[in-house]
Amino acid sequence: MSDDLQALVDRLPSLGDAVLVTLEMTLGGAVLAMVVALVLGFGARTRSLWVRGPSRVVIEFFRGTSLVVQIFWIFYVLPQFGFKMEALAVAIVALGLNYGAYAAEVVRGSIESVPTAQWEAATALNLGWFHKVRRVVFPQAWALMIPQLANLLIQLLKGSALAFYITLHDVFWWIDNLQRDTRDTFFSYGVGLVIYFVIAYVLTWGMNWAEERAKRRLGRGTRPRLRDVFGLKPGVPTEIARVKGGVA
Amino acid sequence: MTTASNGTPAIEFKDVVKRFGDNVVLDKLNFSVAQGDRVTLIGPSGSGKTTILRLLMTLEEANGGLILIDGDPYTHEYKGDRWVEIPEKRRRLVRKRVGMVFQQFNLFPNMTVLENITEAPIHVLGKSKKDAVERAEQLLEQVGMSEKRDFKTNQLSGGQQQRVAIARALAMDPEILLLDEVTSALDPEIVADVLGVLREIANTTDITMLLVTHEMQFAREVSNRVLMFDHGKIVEEADPETMFTNPTHERTQEFLKAVLGR
Repeated sequence: MSDDLQALVDRLPSLGDAVLVTLEMTLGGAVLAMVVALVLGFGARTRSLWVRGPSRVVIEFFRGTSLVVQIFWIFYVLPQFGFKMEALAVAIVALGLNYGAYAAEVVRGSIESVPTAQWEAATALNLGWFHKVRRVVFPQAWALMIPQLANLLIQLLKGSALAFYITLHDVFWWIDNLQRDTRDTFFSYGVGLVIYFVIAYVLTWGMNWAEERAKRRLGRGTRPRLRDVFGLKPGVPTEIARVKGGVA
Repeated sequence: MTTASNGTPAIEFKDVVKRFGDNVVLDKLNFSVAQGDRVTLIGPSGSGKTTILRLLMTLEEANGGLILIDGDPYTHEYKGDRWVEIPEKRRRLVRKRVGMVFQQFNLFPNMTVLENITEAPIHVLGKSKKDAVERAEQLLEQVGMSEKRDFKTNQLSGGQQQRVAIARALAMDPEILLLDEVTSALDPEIVADVLGVLREIANTTDITMLLVTHEMQFAREVSNRVLMFDHGKIVEEADPETMFTNPTHERTQEFLKAVLGR
Protein backbone atom coordinates (compact mmCIF):
# COMPACT_ATOMS: atom_id res chain seq x y z
CA MET A 1 0.00 0.00 0.00
CA SER A 2 2.82 2.43 0.84
CA ASP A 3 4.29 1.68 -2.57
CA ASP A 4 0.92 2.55 -4.08
CA LEU A 5 0.87 5.85 -2.23
CA GLN A 6 4.43 6.58 -3.29
CA ALA A 7 3.48 5.94 -6.92
CA LEU A 8 0.44 8.18 -6.50
CA VAL A 9 2.54 10.99 -5.04
CA ASP A 10 5.09 10.58 -7.84
CA ARG A 11 2.40 10.92 -10.46
CA LEU A 12 0.52 13.78 -8.78
CA PRO A 13 2.31 16.59 -10.65
CA SER A 14 0.93 15.28 -13.95
CA LEU A 15 -2.62 14.97 -12.59
CA GLY A 16 -3.20 18.69 -13.13
CA ASP A 17 -2.54 18.40 -16.88
CA ALA A 18 -4.75 15.31 -17.11
CA VAL A 19 -7.63 17.02 -15.29
CA LEU A 20 -7.17 20.01 -17.57
CA VAL A 21 -7.55 17.82 -20.68
CA THR A 22 -10.70 16.21 -19.22
CA LEU A 23 -12.11 19.64 -18.34
CA GLU A 24 -11.31 21.02 -21.79
CA MET A 25 -13.21 18.15 -23.37
CA THR A 26 -16.09 18.45 -20.93
CA LEU A 27 -16.54 22.21 -21.16
CA GLY A 28 -15.73 22.42 -24.87
CA GLY A 29 -18.12 19.54 -25.52
CA ALA A 30 -20.78 21.16 -23.33
CA VAL A 31 -20.56 24.51 -25.13
CA LEU A 32 -20.76 22.84 -28.54
CA ALA A 33 -23.56 20.57 -27.30
CA MET A 34 -25.55 23.60 -26.15
CA VAL A 35 -25.17 25.31 -29.53
CA VAL A 36 -26.18 22.08 -31.30
CA ALA A 37 -29.08 21.62 -28.86
CA LEU A 38 -30.42 25.13 -29.46
CA VAL A 39 -30.23 24.84 -33.23
CA LEU A 40 -31.73 21.35 -33.37
CA GLY A 41 -34.16 21.92 -30.50
CA PHE A 42 -35.71 24.96 -32.17
CA GLY A 43 -35.37 23.32 -35.57
CA ALA A 44 -37.34 20.30 -34.38
CA ARG A 45 -40.31 22.43 -33.41
CA THR A 46 -40.65 24.71 -36.44
CA ARG A 47 -43.63 24.36 -38.70
CA SER A 48 -41.52 24.04 -41.85
CA LEU A 49 -40.87 20.41 -42.74
CA TRP A 50 -37.64 21.45 -44.51
CA VAL A 51 -36.16 22.51 -41.19
CA ARG A 52 -37.93 20.07 -38.88
CA GLY A 53 -37.15 16.98 -40.97
CA PRO A 54 -33.35 17.38 -41.08
CA SER A 55 -33.27 18.43 -37.42
CA ARG A 56 -35.05 15.24 -36.40
CA VAL A 57 -32.78 13.09 -38.60
CA VAL A 58 -29.64 14.58 -37.06
CA ILE A 59 -31.02 14.20 -33.52
CA GLU A 60 -31.99 10.58 -34.04
CA PHE A 61 -28.71 9.75 -35.78
CA PHE A 62 -26.46 11.06 -33.04
CA ARG A 63 -28.66 9.69 -30.25
CA GLY A 64 -28.96 6.34 -31.92
CA THR A 65 -25.31 5.58 -32.70
CA SER A 66 -22.69 4.71 -30.10
CA LEU A 67 -20.43 7.47 -28.80
CA VAL A 68 -17.35 5.24 -29.10
CA VAL A 69 -18.13 4.47 -32.72
CA GLN A 70 -18.70 8.17 -33.41
CA ILE A 71 -15.34 9.07 -31.85
CA PHE A 72 -13.56 6.34 -33.84
CA TRP A 73 -15.31 7.45 -37.03
CA ILE A 74 -14.22 11.03 -36.67
CA PHE A 75 -10.69 10.06 -35.60
CA TYR A 76 -9.94 7.16 -37.96
CA VAL A 77 -12.39 7.28 -40.85
CA LEU A 78 -12.89 10.98 -41.64
CA PRO A 79 -9.13 11.53 -42.28
CA GLN A 80 -9.49 9.09 -45.20
CA PHE A 81 -11.82 11.68 -46.73
CA GLY A 82 -9.43 14.50 -45.98
CA PHE A 83 -10.92 15.75 -42.70
CA LYS A 84 -8.16 15.50 -40.15
CA MET A 85 -8.47 17.05 -36.72
CA GLU A 86 -6.41 17.00 -33.56
CA ALA A 87 -7.46 14.38 -31.03
CA LEU A 88 -8.80 17.00 -28.59
CA ALA A 89 -10.92 18.60 -31.32
CA VAL A 90 -12.22 15.17 -32.33
CA ALA A 91 -13.28 14.46 -28.75
CA ILE A 92 -15.01 17.85 -28.39
CA VAL A 93 -16.84 17.48 -31.71
CA ALA A 94 -17.99 13.92 -30.94
CA LEU A 95 -19.10 14.75 -27.40
CA GLY A 96 -20.76 17.98 -28.58
CA LEU A 97 -22.75 16.28 -31.34
CA ASN A 98 -23.73 13.25 -29.28
CA TYR A 99 -24.82 15.08 -26.14
CA GLY A 100 -26.13 17.99 -28.20
CA ALA A 101 -28.61 15.57 -29.76
CA TYR A 102 -29.82 14.53 -26.32
CA ALA A 103 -29.89 18.13 -25.10
CA ALA A 104 -31.89 19.16 -28.19
CA GLU A 105 -34.77 17.09 -26.86
CA VAL A 106 -34.38 18.80 -23.48
CA VAL A 107 -34.43 22.22 -25.13
CA ARG A 108 -37.44 21.34 -27.28
CA GLY A 109 -39.37 19.89 -24.34
CA SER A 110 -38.65 22.86 -22.08
CA ILE A 111 -39.56 25.41 -24.73
CA GLU A 112 -42.84 23.57 -25.23
CA SER A 113 -43.47 23.60 -21.47
CA VAL A 114 -43.59 27.39 -21.45
CA PRO A 115 -47.31 28.22 -21.62
CA THR A 116 -48.62 29.33 -25.02
CA ALA A 117 -50.10 32.30 -23.19
CA GLN A 118 -46.59 33.71 -22.77
CA TRP A 119 -46.02 33.66 -26.54
CA GLU A 120 -49.43 35.26 -27.02
CA ALA A 121 -48.78 38.02 -24.51
CA ALA A 122 -45.53 38.74 -26.34
CA THR A 123 -47.36 38.84 -29.67
CA ALA A 124 -49.89 41.24 -28.18
CA LEU A 125 -46.97 43.55 -27.36
CA ASN A 126 -45.82 43.20 -30.97
CA LEU A 127 -42.45 41.66 -30.08
CA GLY A 128 -40.61 39.96 -32.96
CA TRP A 129 -39.95 36.20 -32.91
CA PHE A 130 -36.31 36.42 -31.85
CA HIS A 131 -37.12 38.94 -29.16
CA LYS A 132 -39.93 36.75 -27.80
CA VAL A 133 -37.57 33.82 -27.53
CA ARG A 134 -34.64 35.72 -26.07
CA ARG A 135 -36.43 37.86 -23.54
CA VAL A 136 -39.62 35.98 -22.65
CA VAL A 137 -39.64 32.28 -23.51
CA PHE A 138 -36.01 31.20 -23.12
CA PRO A 139 -35.48 32.62 -19.62
CA GLN A 140 -38.51 30.62 -18.46
CA ALA A 141 -37.52 27.47 -20.35
CA TRP A 142 -33.96 27.77 -19.06
CA ALA A 143 -35.07 27.22 -15.45
CA LEU A 144 -36.83 24.01 -16.55
CA MET A 145 -33.86 22.83 -18.61
CA ILE A 146 -31.05 23.11 -16.11
CA PRO A 147 -31.72 19.97 -13.99
CA GLN A 148 -31.79 17.79 -17.12
CA LEU A 149 -28.82 19.58 -18.66
CA ALA A 150 -26.92 19.00 -15.39
CA ASN A 151 -27.52 15.27 -15.81
CA LEU A 152 -26.22 15.38 -19.35
CA LEU A 153 -23.17 17.40 -18.31
CA ILE A 154 -22.20 14.72 -15.78
CA GLN A 155 -22.70 12.03 -18.40
CA LEU A 156 -20.63 14.04 -20.86
CA LEU A 157 -17.80 14.29 -18.30
CA LYS A 158 -17.81 10.52 -17.85
CA GLY A 159 -18.16 9.93 -21.58
CA SER A 160 -14.99 11.97 -22.12
CA ALA A 161 -13.00 9.05 -20.64
CA LEU A 162 -13.37 7.37 -24.02
CA ALA A 163 -10.96 9.92 -25.47
CA PHE A 164 -8.18 7.88 -23.90
CA TYR A 165 -8.62 5.53 -26.85
CA ILE A 166 -7.72 8.26 -29.31
CA THR A 167 -4.40 9.07 -27.61
CA LEU A 168 -5.53 11.88 -25.33
CA HIS A 169 -3.76 12.22 -21.99
CA ASP A 170 -6.85 12.78 -19.89
CA VAL A 171 -7.79 11.65 -16.38
CA PHE A 172 -8.49 8.11 -17.49
CA TRP A 173 -5.07 7.91 -19.18
CA TRP A 174 -3.52 9.11 -15.93
CA ILE A 175 -5.37 6.43 -13.95
CA ASP A 176 -4.36 3.78 -16.44
CA ASN A 177 -0.72 4.77 -16.02
CA LEU A 178 -1.13 4.65 -12.27
CA GLN A 179 -2.40 1.13 -12.62
CA ARG A 180 0.59 0.20 -14.76
CA ASP A 181 3.01 1.65 -12.19
CA THR A 182 1.41 0.02 -9.18
CA ARG A 183 -0.01 -3.17 -10.70
CA ASP A 184 -2.81 -2.60 -8.16
CA THR A 185 -6.16 -2.42 -9.94
CA PHE A 186 -8.20 -1.95 -6.75
CA PHE A 187 -6.13 1.04 -5.69
CA SER A 188 -5.74 2.77 -9.09
CA TYR A 189 -9.30 2.45 -10.27
CA GLY A 190 -10.47 3.36 -6.77
CA VAL A 191 -8.50 6.61 -7.11
CA GLY A 192 -10.13 6.94 -10.54
CA LEU A 193 -13.62 6.78 -9.03
CA VAL A 194 -12.72 9.48 -6.53
CA ILE A 195 -11.24 11.88 -9.12
CA TYR A 196 -14.25 11.65 -11.47
CA PHE A 197 -16.61 11.95 -8.53
CA VAL A 198 -14.92 15.14 -7.31
CA ILE A 199 -15.04 16.75 -10.78
CA ALA A 200 -18.67 15.67 -11.22
CA TYR A 201 -19.55 17.07 -7.82
CA VAL A 202 -18.05 20.46 -8.63
CA LEU A 203 -20.03 20.53 -11.90
CA THR A 204 -23.23 19.56 -10.07
CA TRP A 205 -22.65 22.32 -7.57
CA GLY A 206 -22.22 24.82 -10.39
CA MET A 207 -25.40 23.68 -12.12
CA ASN A 208 -27.36 23.87 -8.85
CA TRP A 209 -26.19 27.42 -8.48
CA ALA A 210 -27.29 28.20 -12.04
CA GLU A 211 -30.67 26.61 -11.40
CA GLU A 212 -31.23 28.58 -8.24
CA ARG A 213 -30.27 31.77 -10.04
CA ALA A 214 -32.64 31.04 -12.94
CA LYS A 215 -35.49 30.27 -10.55
CA ARG A 216 -34.86 33.42 -8.57
CA ARG A 217 -35.18 35.43 -11.76
CA LEU A 218 -38.65 33.94 -12.09
CA GLY A 219 -39.41 34.93 -8.49
CA ARG A 220 -39.33 31.28 -7.40
CA GLY A 221 -36.03 31.14 -5.51
CA THR A 222 -36.02 28.78 -2.55
CA ARG A 223 -32.73 29.63 -0.89
CA PRO A 224 -31.18 32.88 0.25
CA ARG A 225 -28.51 34.30 -1.99
CA LEU A 226 -24.86 33.66 -1.11
CA ARG A 227 -24.41 37.40 -1.01
CA ASP A 228 -27.07 37.57 1.68
CA VAL A 229 -25.66 34.64 3.66
CA PHE A 230 -22.06 35.83 3.65
CA GLY A 231 -22.77 39.51 3.29
CA LEU A 232 -21.23 41.95 5.73
CA LYS A 233 -24.50 43.66 6.55
CA PRO A 234 -26.52 41.47 8.86
CA GLY A 235 -30.26 41.46 8.48
CA VAL A 236 -30.25 42.40 4.81
CA PRO A 237 -33.73 41.36 3.69
CA THR A 238 -33.44 38.36 1.41
CA GLU A 239 -35.56 37.74 -1.63
CA ILE A 240 -37.35 35.02 0.37
CA ALA A 241 -38.38 37.38 3.10
CA ARG A 242 -39.67 39.76 0.49
CA VAL A 243 -41.62 37.01 -1.20
CA LYS A 244 -43.23 36.08 2.09
CA GLY A 245 -44.01 39.67 2.96
CA GLY A 246 -44.97 40.65 -0.54
CA VAL A 247 -47.83 38.32 -1.35
CA ALA A 248 -51.11 39.91 -0.54
CA MET B 1 -52.41 57.56 -35.71
CA THR B 2 -55.58 58.12 -37.63
CA THR B 3 -58.09 60.51 -36.23
CA ALA B 4 -61.70 59.83 -35.42
CA SER B 5 -62.94 62.47 -37.82
CA ASN B 6 -62.27 60.76 -41.15
CA GLY B 7 -65.10 58.27 -40.76
CA THR B 8 -63.04 55.14 -41.43
CA PRO B 9 -64.03 52.46 -38.92
CA ALA B 10 -61.34 51.50 -36.41
CA ILE B 11 -62.19 47.84 -36.94
CA GLU B 12 -63.98 46.23 -39.83
CA PHE B 13 -64.77 42.52 -40.35
CA LYS B 14 -65.76 41.54 -43.89
CA ASP B 15 -67.14 38.03 -44.35
CA VAL B 16 -64.72 36.66 -41.78
CA VAL B 17 -64.72 32.88 -41.47
CA LYS B 18 -63.04 30.98 -38.68
CA ARG B 19 -63.14 27.22 -38.28
CA PHE B 20 -61.54 24.92 -35.73
CA GLY B 21 -61.52 21.63 -37.59
CA ASP B 22 -65.11 20.97 -38.57
CA ASN B 23 -66.44 23.42 -36.04
CA VAL B 24 -67.37 26.68 -37.74
CA VAL B 25 -66.94 29.39 -35.11
CA LEU B 26 -67.44 32.46 -37.29
CA ASP B 27 -69.48 32.15 -40.45
CA LYS B 28 -69.00 35.12 -42.77
CA LEU B 29 -69.12 37.64 -39.96
CA ASN B 30 -69.57 41.31 -40.85
CA PHE B 31 -69.39 44.18 -38.41
CA SER B 32 -67.51 47.36 -37.81
CA VAL B 33 -66.49 49.46 -34.85
CA ALA B 34 -66.16 53.22 -35.16
CA GLN B 35 -63.15 55.09 -33.79
CA GLY B 36 -63.56 55.69 -30.08
CA ASP B 37 -66.46 53.26 -29.79
CA ARG B 38 -66.82 51.10 -26.69
CA VAL B 39 -68.32 47.84 -27.81
CA THR B 40 -69.23 44.92 -25.57
CA LEU B 41 -69.60 41.44 -27.02
CA ILE B 42 -71.98 39.20 -25.12
CA GLY B 43 -73.29 35.73 -25.74
CA PRO B 44 -73.00 32.15 -24.51
CA SER B 45 -69.59 30.48 -24.42
CA GLY B 46 -68.61 29.11 -27.79
CA SER B 47 -70.47 31.88 -29.58
CA GLY B 48 -67.22 33.27 -31.02
CA LYS B 49 -66.69 36.40 -28.89
CA THR B 50 -63.21 35.55 -27.70
CA THR B 51 -62.26 34.29 -31.15
CA ILE B 52 -63.00 37.75 -32.52
CA LEU B 53 -60.57 39.33 -30.06
CA ARG B 54 -57.96 36.67 -30.77
CA LEU B 55 -58.27 37.25 -34.52
CA LEU B 56 -57.77 40.96 -33.91
CA MET B 57 -54.57 40.19 -31.98
CA THR B 58 -53.42 37.70 -34.69
CA LEU B 59 -53.42 34.89 -32.14
CA GLU B 60 -55.68 32.96 -34.51
CA GLU B 61 -55.65 32.82 -38.28
CA ALA B 62 -58.87 33.50 -40.18
CA ASN B 63 -59.98 30.95 -42.77
CA GLY B 64 -61.59 33.53 -44.99
CA GLY B 65 -62.61 37.17 -45.26
CA LEU B 66 -60.85 40.42 -44.39
CA ILE B 67 -60.05 42.20 -41.16
CA LEU B 68 -59.33 45.90 -41.58
CA ILE B 69 -57.84 48.22 -38.98
CA ASP B 70 -58.40 51.90 -39.83
CA GLY B 71 -59.14 50.64 -43.33
CA ASP B 72 -55.77 48.86 -43.62
CA PRO B 73 -55.78 45.14 -44.42
CA TYR B 74 -54.33 43.36 -41.40
CA THR B 75 -53.89 39.61 -41.78
CA HIS B 76 -55.07 38.86 -45.31
CA GLU B 77 -55.85 40.74 -48.50
CA TYR B 78 -57.09 40.09 -52.00
CA LYS B 79 -54.59 40.17 -54.83
CA GLY B 80 -56.93 40.06 -57.78
CA ASP B 81 -59.13 37.14 -56.84
CA ARG B 82 -56.59 35.45 -54.63
CA TRP B 83 -56.98 35.62 -50.86
CA VAL B 84 -53.41 35.86 -49.53
CA GLU B 85 -51.72 36.11 -46.15
CA ILE B 86 -50.03 39.38 -45.30
CA PRO B 87 -46.45 38.75 -44.15
CA GLU B 88 -45.49 39.26 -40.51
CA LYS B 89 -43.45 42.37 -41.28
CA ARG B 90 -46.51 44.25 -42.54
CA ARG B 91 -48.77 42.79 -39.88
CA ARG B 92 -46.54 44.26 -37.21
CA LEU B 93 -47.12 47.77 -38.53
CA VAL B 94 -50.86 47.32 -38.07
CA ARG B 95 -50.63 45.29 -34.86
CA LYS B 96 -48.86 48.23 -33.24
CA ARG B 97 -52.25 49.94 -33.00
CA VAL B 98 -53.88 47.07 -31.12
CA GLY B 99 -53.38 46.07 -27.48
CA MET B 100 -54.88 43.28 -25.42
CA VAL B 101 -55.52 42.38 -21.80
CA PHE B 102 -56.01 38.68 -21.09
CA GLN B 103 -58.20 36.75 -18.69
CA GLN B 104 -55.14 35.13 -17.09
CA PHE B 105 -53.02 38.36 -17.12
CA ASN B 106 -50.06 36.58 -18.80
CA LEU B 107 -47.41 38.77 -17.24
CA PHE B 108 -43.79 37.73 -17.86
CA PRO B 109 -42.58 36.02 -14.66
CA ASN B 110 -38.91 36.57 -15.52
CA MET B 111 -39.31 40.34 -15.33
CA THR B 112 -40.23 42.79 -12.62
CA VAL B 113 -43.47 44.75 -12.75
CA LEU B 114 -41.64 47.73 -14.22
CA GLU B 115 -39.77 45.64 -16.79
CA ASN B 116 -43.02 44.03 -17.91
CA ILE B 117 -44.29 47.49 -18.79
CA THR B 118 -41.12 48.98 -20.31
CA GLU B 119 -39.95 45.96 -22.36
CA ALA B 120 -42.05 46.54 -25.46
CA PRO B 121 -41.98 50.36 -25.48
CA ILE B 122 -38.17 50.24 -25.41
CA HIS B 123 -37.64 47.36 -27.84
CA VAL B 124 -40.63 47.71 -30.15
CA LEU B 125 -41.45 51.42 -30.11
CA GLY B 126 -37.81 52.37 -29.71
CA LYS B 127 -38.40 54.65 -26.73
CA SER B 128 -35.45 55.63 -24.58
CA LYS B 129 -35.23 53.80 -21.28
CA LYS B 130 -35.80 57.04 -19.40
CA ASP B 131 -38.97 57.89 -21.32
CA ALA B 132 -40.30 54.34 -21.02
CA VAL B 133 -39.70 54.23 -17.27
CA GLU B 134 -41.28 57.65 -16.81
CA ARG B 135 -44.39 56.59 -18.70
CA ALA B 136 -44.51 53.23 -16.88
CA GLU B 137 -44.37 54.97 -13.51
CA GLN B 138 -47.17 57.26 -14.54
CA LEU B 139 -49.28 54.26 -15.61
CA LEU B 140 -48.47 52.36 -12.42
CA GLU B 141 -49.64 55.41 -10.49
CA GLN B 142 -52.84 55.41 -12.53
CA VAL B 143 -53.59 51.75 -11.79
CA GLY B 144 -52.54 52.09 -8.15
CA MET B 145 -49.49 49.84 -8.31
CA SER B 146 -46.60 52.28 -7.83
CA GLU B 147 -45.17 50.68 -4.72
CA LYS B 148 -44.92 47.27 -6.42
CA ARG B 149 -42.79 48.43 -9.34
CA ASP B 150 -39.75 46.31 -8.45
CA PHE B 151 -41.66 43.17 -7.46
CA LYS B 152 -41.61 39.96 -9.44
CA THR B 153 -45.02 39.26 -10.88
CA ASN B 154 -45.69 36.09 -8.89
CA GLN B 155 -45.38 38.10 -5.71
CA LEU B 156 -48.61 39.86 -6.69
CA SER B 157 -52.23 38.87 -6.21
CA GLY B 158 -54.45 38.26 -9.23
CA GLY B 159 -56.04 41.70 -9.07
CA GLN B 160 -52.64 43.36 -8.82
CA GLN B 161 -51.33 41.33 -11.76
CA GLN B 162 -54.29 42.34 -13.86
CA ARG B 163 -53.77 46.02 -13.06
CA VAL B 164 -50.13 45.67 -14.16
CA ALA B 165 -51.29 43.90 -17.33
CA ILE B 166 -53.60 46.83 -18.10
CA ALA B 167 -50.71 49.26 -17.60
CA ARG B 168 -48.52 47.10 -19.84
CA ALA B 169 -51.06 47.21 -22.66
CA LEU B 170 -51.56 50.97 -22.29
CA ALA B 171 -47.82 51.63 -22.37
CA MET B 172 -47.89 50.75 -26.07
CA ASP B 173 -50.36 53.60 -26.68
CA PRO B 174 -52.83 51.42 -28.56
CA GLU B 175 -55.66 52.93 -30.57
CA ILE B 176 -57.68 49.80 -29.94
CA LEU B 177 -57.79 47.93 -26.65
CA LEU B 178 -59.13 44.38 -26.48
CA LEU B 179 -60.32 43.19 -23.08
CA ASP B 180 -60.90 39.44 -22.92
CA GLU B 181 -62.90 38.55 -19.79
CA VAL B 182 -60.40 40.48 -17.74
CA THR B 183 -62.17 39.95 -14.43
CA SER B 184 -63.22 36.31 -14.85
CA ALA B 185 -60.18 34.89 -13.06
CA LEU B 186 -60.40 37.30 -10.11
CA ASP B 187 -61.90 37.00 -6.65
CA PRO B 188 -65.24 38.83 -6.46
CA GLU B 189 -64.02 41.50 -4.03
CA ILE B 190 -61.13 42.42 -6.33
CA VAL B 191 -63.24 42.69 -9.48
CA ALA B 192 -64.46 46.16 -8.49
CA ASP B 193 -60.87 47.48 -8.23
CA VAL B 194 -59.99 46.33 -11.73
CA LEU B 195 -63.27 47.60 -13.19
CA GLY B 196 -62.60 50.93 -11.49
CA VAL B 197 -59.26 51.18 -13.28
CA LEU B 198 -60.89 50.38 -16.62
CA ARG B 199 -63.71 52.82 -16.02
CA GLU B 200 -61.18 55.59 -15.50
CA ILE B 201 -59.39 54.69 -18.73
CA ALA B 202 -62.71 54.68 -20.57
CA ASN B 203 -63.55 58.10 -19.15
CA THR B 204 -60.20 59.77 -19.72
CA THR B 205 -59.06 58.45 -23.10
CA ASP B 206 -60.57 58.02 -26.56
CA ILE B 207 -59.20 54.50 -27.06
CA THR B 208 -61.49 52.24 -29.06
CA MET B 209 -62.45 49.37 -26.78
CA LEU B 210 -63.76 45.95 -27.57
CA LEU B 211 -64.69 43.95 -24.52
CA VAL B 212 -65.86 40.45 -23.80
CA THR B 213 -67.27 40.33 -20.30
CA HIS B 214 -69.85 38.76 -18.05
CA GLU B 215 -70.01 41.91 -15.94
CA MET B 216 -73.22 43.26 -17.41
CA GLN B 217 -73.42 46.25 -15.08
CA PHE B 218 -69.94 47.30 -16.14
CA ALA B 219 -70.75 46.73 -19.81
CA ARG B 220 -73.76 48.97 -19.38
CA GLU B 221 -71.70 51.74 -17.81
CA VAL B 222 -68.74 51.93 -20.18
CA SER B 223 -69.99 50.74 -23.54
CA ASN B 224 -72.11 52.58 -26.04
CA ARG B 225 -72.91 49.50 -28.09
CA VAL B 226 -73.61 45.88 -27.27
CA LEU B 227 -73.47 43.00 -29.73
CA MET B 228 -75.20 39.75 -28.86
CA PHE B 229 -73.55 36.69 -30.45
CA ASP B 230 -74.82 33.22 -30.93
CA HIS B 231 -73.16 30.53 -33.05
CA GLY B 232 -70.78 33.00 -34.65
CA LYS B 233 -73.45 35.42 -35.77
CA ILE B 234 -74.70 38.72 -34.41
CA VAL B 235 -78.27 38.08 -33.37
CA GLU B 236 -78.94 41.48 -31.90
CA GLU B 237 -77.23 44.84 -31.72
CA ALA B 238 -78.30 47.76 -29.55
CA ASP B 239 -77.24 50.44 -27.14
CA PRO B 240 -76.69 48.99 -23.65
CA GLU B 241 -79.86 50.52 -22.21
CA THR B 242 -82.07 48.84 -24.81
CA MET B 243 -80.11 45.61 -24.83
CA PHE B 244 -80.26 45.06 -21.10
CA THR B 245 -83.76 46.32 -20.38
CA ASN B 246 -85.68 45.59 -23.54
CA PRO B 247 -83.99 43.03 -25.80
CA THR B 248 -86.04 42.08 -28.83
CA HIS B 249 -84.52 38.80 -29.89
CA GLU B 250 -85.68 35.68 -28.09
CA ARG B 251 -82.11 34.30 -27.85
CA THR B 252 -80.94 37.50 -26.15
CA GLN B 253 -83.81 37.39 -23.70
CA GLU B 254 -82.96 33.80 -22.76
CA PHE B 255 -79.26 34.57 -22.41
CA LEU B 256 -79.71 37.69 -20.30
CA LYS B 257 -82.22 35.90 -18.12
CA ALA B 258 -79.68 33.16 -17.46
CA VAL B 259 -76.82 35.60 -16.81
CA LEU B 260 -78.68 38.24 -14.82
CA GLY B 261 -80.82 35.69 -13.03
CA ARG B 262 -84.12 37.38 -13.62
